[in-house]
Amino acid sequence: MNHLWGVIVLFSQLSLLAVGGVNSTLPAILREVVDEKHWMNLQQFSQLFAIAQAAPGPNMLIVALIGQVRAGIIGGIAATIATVVPAGILVLAVGSVWDRFQRARWRRILQAAILPITAGLVLSAGIFLLRAADTRVMFAAISLAAIILSLKTKLHPLWLLGGGALAGLLFS
Amino acid sequence: MPPPAPEKLDSRALFIGFFQIGIVGFGGVLPIARRAIVEQRQWLTAIEFNDLFSLCQFMPGANITNFALVFGARHRGLPGALAAVSGLLVGPVALVLAMGALFARFADVPAVQHTVSGLAAAAAGLVAGTAMKIASPVVRKLIPAAVTAAAVGMIVLLHISLPLTMAVLLPVSIALAWRV
Repeated sequence: MNHLWGVIVLFSQLSLLAVGGVNSTLPAILREVVDEKHWMNLQQFSQLFAIAQAAPGPNMLIVALIGQVRAGIIGGIAATIATVVPAGILVLAVGSVWDRFQRARWRRILQAAILPITAGLVLSAGIFLLRAADTRVMFAAISLAAIILSLKTKLHPLWLLGGGALAGLLFS
Repeated sequence: MPPPAPEKLDSRALFIGFFQIGIVGFGGVLPIARRAIVEQRQWLTAIEFNDLFSLCQFMPGANITNFALVFGARHRGLPGALAAVSGLLVGPVALVLAMGALFARFADVPAVQHTVSGLAAAAAGLVAGTAMKIASPVVRKLIPAAVTAAAVGMIVLLHISLPLTMAVLLPVSIALAWRV
């Protein structure tokens, strides 16, 4: 029960900080569950993130997997709900008045102010994930290939994930 | 041409519509959602979709779950919001928890370890690539670039917590955007 409560508290706290999407909070999630609370090690975190990316749906599914490790299936569901609800209440409140402020100056200012922060947070997430995943030269090569292909081609992400998994299996 | 969408969708239609969007949304739900909502079902025009999505992009939380909540609420209030967001999430969450349980069971098998580690390397690369795409228009101007660099510096180099980083950077970034 304490484990379940810990999951709910953590993810509901991070919910409102997820500017521009849940990936912005990945560095904070990693810090909490690996460095501070020791729910898992770095490699496990990296692998759970990978499994979440391979599943269909919103890119917030990593929270369900972390909740599941800590408190089973109920934990996974609770982590998902805890991530959605606080931010959801805020967006519903703002959404009800959003159209009225279509041309408002503060709306543009807020958008202009948040975008560079989102960029910095997602870049940080990328750096942490690369550090966690690239424990061997071969894995670093897979990451590099994924970066280049995602920037230079329009290949569907599933091909890149599948290619990485296959390379990991074949060349280990 | 499908028939025009009714003025108000009921909760059942919202649940089913977003269920179908969530369950096929591999590698990002946005393109699927745009196609389903704008082109196939014509629930919104492209302009309405973009406007609503821009709200969800800069509010905290997963963009697409926010989108489902606001869209559902506009049709059926709170029950509509809950119907849309639970439709979106129930399939993917069930699937990923099943995958997580399978992985936990077979994590000791070397082949599974190697496969998932390769997958993790590719997933990390994808996030890094996406981050570069988000950052590339931002860092062309000095002030936004400085804010982005400050965020990376605080989180990665100085290990400052996310709440503190946000408490410092958000007011600074708003003040800077105000002056421009």
